[in-house]
Amino acid sequence: MSIEIFMPALSPTMETGTLAKWLVAEGDNVESGDVIAEIETDKATMEVESIDDGTIAKILVAEGTDEVPVGQIIAIMAEEGEDASAIDVSAPSAAPKTAPVPDAGQETASPVAPVDQAPAPAQAAASSSVTTGDRVKASPLAKRIAKQSGVDIAAISGTGPHGRIVKRDVEATLAGDGAVAASAPATPSPSAPATAVETNVYGPHDDIPFREEKLKNMRKTIAKRLTESKTTVPHFYLTVDIELDNLLTLRKELNTKGADDGIKVSVNDFVIRASALALKKVPAANVQFGGDKMYWYERADISVAVAIEGGLVTPVVRGADSKGLGEIAADMKDLAGRARDGKLMPEDYAGGTFSISNLGMFGIKEFSAVINPPQGAILAVGAGEQRPVIRDGAVAAATVMSCTLSCDHRAIDGAVGAEFLKAFKGFMQDPITMLF
Amino acid sequence: MSKSYDLVVIGGGPGGYVAAIRGAQLGMTVACVEREHLGGICLNWGCIPTKALLRSAEVMHLAQNASSFGLKIPTVEFDLDAIVKRSRGVAGQLSGGIGHLLKKNKVTHIEGVAKLAAKGKITVTKAGKATEVAYKNVIVATGARARELPHLKADGKQVWTYKHALTPDTVPGKLLVIGSGAIGIEFASFFNDLGSDVTVVEMMDRVLPVEDHEVSAFAETSFKKQGMTILKKASVTDLKTGGKKVTATIEVGGKNQTAEFDRVILAIGITGNVENLGLEENGVKIDRGHIIADEWGFTGSDGIWAIGDVAGAPWLAHKASHEGIITVEKINGEKDLHPMDKNNIPGCTYCRPQVASVGKTEQALKEEGRDIKVGKFPFVGNGKAIALGETEGFVKTIFDAKTGELLGAHMIGAEVTEMIQGYVVGRTLETTEAELMHTVFPHPTLSEMMHESVLDAYGRVIHF
Repeated sequence: MSIEIFMPALSPTMETGTLAKWLVAEGDNVESGDVIAEIETDKATMEVESIDDGTIAKILVAEGTDEVPVGQIIAIMAEEGEDASAIDVSAPSAAPKTAPVPDAGQETASPVAPVDQAPAPAQAAASSSVTTGDRVKASPLAKRIAKQSGVDIAAISGTGPHGRIVKRDVEATLAGDGAVAASAPATPSPSAPATAVETNVYGPHDDIPFREEKLKNMRKTIAKRLTESKTTVPHFYLTVDIELDNLLTLRKELNTKGADDGIKVSVNDFVIRASALALKKVPAANVQFGGDKMYWYERADISVAVAIEGGLVTPVVRGADSKGLGEIAADMKDLAGRARDGKLMPEDYAGGTFSISNLGMFGIKEFSAVINPPQGAILAVGAGEQRPVIRDGAVAAATVMSCTLSCDHRAIDGAVGAEFLKAFKGFMQDPITMLF
Repeated sequence: MSKSYDLVVIGGGPGGYVAAIRGAQLGMTVACVEREHLGGICLNWGCIPTKALLRSAEVMHLAQNASSFGLKIPTVEFDLDAIVKRSRGVAGQLSGGIGHLLKKNKVTHIEGVAKLAAKGKITVTKAGKATEVAYKNVIVATGARARELPHLKADGKQVWTYKHALTPDTVPGKLLVIGSGAIGIEFASFFNDLGSDVTVVEMMDRVLPVEDHEVSAFAETSFKKQGMTILKKASVTDLKTGGKKVTATIEVGGKNQTAEFDRVILAIGITGNVENLGLEENGVKIDRGHIIADEWGFTGSDGIWAIGDVAGAPWLAHKASHEGIITVEKINGEKDLHPMDKNNIPGCTYCRPQVASVGKTEQALKEEGRDIKVGKFPFVGNGKAIALGETEGFVKTIFDAKTGELLGAHMIGAEVTEMIQGYVVGRTLETTEAELMHTVFPHPTLSEMMHESVLDAYGRVIHF
């Protein structure tokens, strides 16, 4: 008996993934536990292990194939003792190297896109049944009427049971009052995975030489979630200046004393700890808007934006309010390292009650960040720099850092945001209080 | 202090009790007020007890034809009292079951006569004692009763309604049935099988006037073969009772003729139970004996809804039940609701041969100018039908020539009432001929005719 290897669901929300790399070739013997492929999801690259012993008989989904649905057969393996070459594979006999022109509505079908730039490997489904997740749910009669009338049934919203498209939906569309989904040329059909960007998109300027690059899943996710955030979440912004001299002195002292133990605390680690403590002090800022309810979190899980090649991820320092600076520093070192290597696991970046985005290292004085839904707020941290301050009526020099809090006004009001910043500023300017 | 409910249902028939149970399932506090028997007419004086009577007639018919099955049953006799007793027993058993279902679903069953009082309240009167019950929403599901006309009134002795005919004191020697709808024809069939000399008078030009013309014609031929007299385009203008016999004046083709009968059954339609309910006082509109309600059962008066027979045709238990569910879900604000497609309510008549149908008739579709494809398959071409000795009847299907939509299905013959649901499911799922053709029907069954009829509509019939 041959063994089918399926596209695994590597996180609870994963619907599709990119088959980034095959680590085995057809004919290779594998043992249970061997890493056979790397799958790129919207947030990370993960390894797929074989769960059986055998020989790779056929690779059905080529390296680099995007949006392979979870559950699709990606390879077929011969069991030990079975002749791999004798396995009947109902998929194309040769590894699919050339791409059929994608169906209209598929995400690469931009009318101005050069079709053959980076050939999209075939969706080498072993049979049509594995792609049933994408099929349009419509009654036979609705399908036939749509076909006879030249209506794209995929563009019609169904009102039947479970959103099934029924006769009345097609007739309503024909009558001109149907709920037709927006179908700009380059937007995906409704059956396309939800990770795609669903806003208006424009073609390139043909008179300027350009290079076209397909979006990676991470970029698609960033586009989708931040568009959602900026268009649906009412943001407002509060900025404070924080004097860092005390903190820098303490940091220097800590790092000197911890050097032997390899402890190195960054300013950002202080920011994480101070944010977490401020959230504990002002619980009204550690909330999430839930439509007709509010969620009050009793733990401060801080998502920290980490820039990586091609985008950013937000690994989470769990329970940062109950972790010491050394522990936070160690967590961040590990998370940031794995983020840059694309090796974060879903549990590393899922959740979080509050986010920090720090562009201080780039010399940015201050900026406003986009809230990371469904969280209630994000803190944008600028660079600490020498600025004149007035102290006792005289100008003095101090290291000052501007921080801007973006709040979801549905969940957090101005006074609450200000209270949070006051607490945060207190911890940052008098960092010894963080040690309580 | 009156007891208060989210939902009060007036009437415990197939519309009312189903609505009450659905309301309870959705978490409402529900009371169901019934003045007589839970289960309503359907269960106590309609659908179910008539089926019990007709089963006795069917068994007798089979016994009388035992020799054709190689059996010897020298004498076949019936005991009318025992037949009626069995029928009443069946009704009683089921009525008790409804009480249990209400209890299980925590629906409060209130015995008594309900009347809408001030806004948001009803009074329930039992044995002269009135109590007040408050509601957020009330569903009027009071059903209907036999229609009578000034010159056609039932006395319960010589002139019966269905209710009297269900507990007959005798099998009449000569029986006049006025009206050839489902109710009239079922009683005509029953008493004819028991040996009455039956005359059916129908105002329209055919029996079972709501059915497809071909079905009506086939049924008429069959009834005549069984010995019934069928008078079409005819009406009874006078009934003289009080003597030993009833003298009926029947107008046929403009000429009056008189004939004597032992009993008369009135089956000239029904009228809604709209009286003494406080409907008009509460702003509910009534038209020709029925409450006016929209497609959700809403009467237009705050919190007052109506379903089932009292809210209009078709007067069918399954229509009432389904309306009840839709109305309750509407009241509860359920999502993705659609009003009932009245074109997709099947109709069944349990005469011999049985009649069942769904959708539009060929005649109606032709009048609409629809381009259709019609398929037909006779019982005599079906192996199982021949084995059963039931070779009388046919299955007819009608499709839209362009889209393949199943527009109507019309069946006459043995067990067709049990088969029609296949086409109803098909229509609900919006089948075309292609899916029906690709469906594997089990062999040997009568249902194979349902397949063959579809094939016939497209010139692909195999067995005929």
